[in-house]
Amino acid sequence: MTQTTAVHGEKISLLRVLGPGHVWALGVGIVLVGEYMGWNFAVGKGGMIAALIACWVAGLLYTCVAMIDSEVTSTVAAAGGQYAQAKHIVGPLMAFNVGLYLVFAYTMLEAANAITLGYLVQTVGTMAGFADVHDKPFIVLTIMFLAWLNYRGVYATLTVNLVLTAVAFIAILILFASVKPWSNELLDHKDMLNGLPYGWLGVIASLHFGLWYYLGIEGTCQAAEEVRSPARSLPLGTMTGIMTLLIAATMTWYVCSGLMPWEYLGQAVTPLFDAARLTNSMPLMVLLFVGTVFSTLASANGCINDASRAWFSMGRDRYLPTWFGAVHPKNRTPYRSIVFLVPVALVFAYFAPLDQVITFSILSGLLGYTYMSFNVILFRKKWPLGTIKRGYIHPFHPLPAIVLLVLCSATYFAVFLGYGTQLVAMLIFFVVASLWFHFHRYQYVRRGDQFTMQWPRPQGY
Amino acid sequence: MANSHYEPPKQSAFGQLVDSVFLLILVFAALFAPLYLKLAGGGKVDLAVADKTTWTGLGQSAVQQAQWEKLGFTPDTAASIITSRFDYSFSVTELVITAVVIVGYFVLLFLFSRTEYRDVIAERFGRK
Repeated sequence: MTQTTAVHGEKISLLRVLGPGHVWALGVGIVLVGEYMGWNFAVGKGGMIAALIACWVAGLLYTCVAMIDSEVTSTVAAAGGQYAQAKHIVGPLMAFNVGLYLVFAYTMLEAANAITLGYLVQTVGTMAGFADVHDKPFIVLTIMFLAWLNYRGVYATLTVNLVLTAVAFIAILILFASVKPWSNELLDHKDMLNGLPYGWLGVIASLHFGLWYYLGIEGTCQAAEEVRSPARSLPLGTMTGIMTLLIAATMTWYVCSGLMPWEYLGQAVTPLFDAARLTNSMPLMVLLFVGTVFSTLASANGCINDASRAWFSMGRDRYLPTWFGAVHPKNRTPYRSIVFLVPVALVFAYFAPLDQVITFSILSGLLGYTYMSFNVILFRKKWPLGTIKRGYIHPFHPLPAIVLLVLCSATYFAVFLGYGTQLVAMLIFFVVASLWFHFHRYQYVRRGDQFTMQWPRPQGY
Repeated sequence: MANSHYEPPKQSAFGQLVDSVFLLILVFAALFAPLYLKLAGGGKVDLAVADKTTWTGLGQSAVQQAQWEKLGFTPDTAASIITSRFDYSFSVTELVITAVVIVGYFVLLFLFSRTEYRDVIAERFGRK
């Protein structure tokens, strides 16, 4: 959900001031934390090589997402991204579910960021001689502080986010250069690489956490209404963002896989900070400590912003109690939505292990990507080329949709391998929530108000 | 071609509270129950090793041993990490049930959405 829309609440046009560079920064800013933590669980599920293959296959999945999303979002240039698209193309129940996907993907990511930050402080505290340092107070403080910042207004903090992300990105580059990747002085892939400990099944299984390298890059399309030239900026900014992340992910993998045993890397909470520890360089340790803290704070802050605005939008559209659709009279923020989601993030950050929290976030994203593959096919069917003005037309339709659906199916299987219970539990939640919406909540929704684009009647209706 | 406008009922404050609490309970129950019941995170098995008290027994090379030690581990503290493996054995029945749940969920979504979408289009563009 775009910032200005949420603040002003009602139908006010947003300023079209953003270029491809801003779109790039927005996407990389949300996702970069994925290089600092979480991706390495792919190593645990399949080994070092499997994690690298998963990284590249997930890159292909996200390329399809970016192609499809660029076309639909540059045409449905309304704040709300995929949520607004679902309202116009599929229907209210789908939009309700897409809104929930966004809320859970971002809230769980926020919880994961808080866990990482707490763990890092505990680790560094122990290294500094404070053996009794506990991570829980830092987890709670992080979430409460960032929620308070968002409650008060986030213009300044979102600007700071860009600086935090830039520092975190530069930290990865410096680490990569410092380990002298051209020599074996610090890296020892010959001793560390272990083939495929689970065989090719492990490669599929590792696709589960392979998504973490890029999860959230589709958030670039949330800025559709504020981009000067959506047709150029959205595809260009998103695709260059994916390429940047692909390069950063490969560098991260190369450094970590040459420095630490795969069994350790597969369960590490802060792999890049651990990599810096293994170089025996204090400046690098400090830099990667700062990079991890900055990337988690920037990501968590953006997550609170996005999740609360998705919840707020659903309240405003009456998909949820209208009480959530209120804007703070002074701070102009969706304060009730921000406060409501705090206990959800807190409970998960406080009680759940990191890999489980990340799995919930990934599953929410995965359901959203599955929806996108059907969404673009319906979009082309209801409004064939030439019937409405499109900002961008993605090539090779329907090939990207088919590839996306195939890769999503493979990822469901990957999650099933090891985390099948969460997969089923989450789907049961969405089924119950959907039934609740269709048979109860939908009575409060204004029908015609759901369609706001100036398009002709969809074909087949 | 007359547009039939639907005016939704006004929901009471109590009704909104009930809906909010219901959603909160649903979120915690569905997402947290697997963790609380210890059903989450799939099966793991212990890899059989020669000796859990030495790096060699745990199958670690000299280089790997050095890195473990730099990270603050001893063979005793690293053993549970080194010997832990995911158990990827599964029953076809479980896989089929999971697939049916996923497909069923999306079928439900698109069918119900289609019905609701007809209401939206009819009110926005008029009935055909």
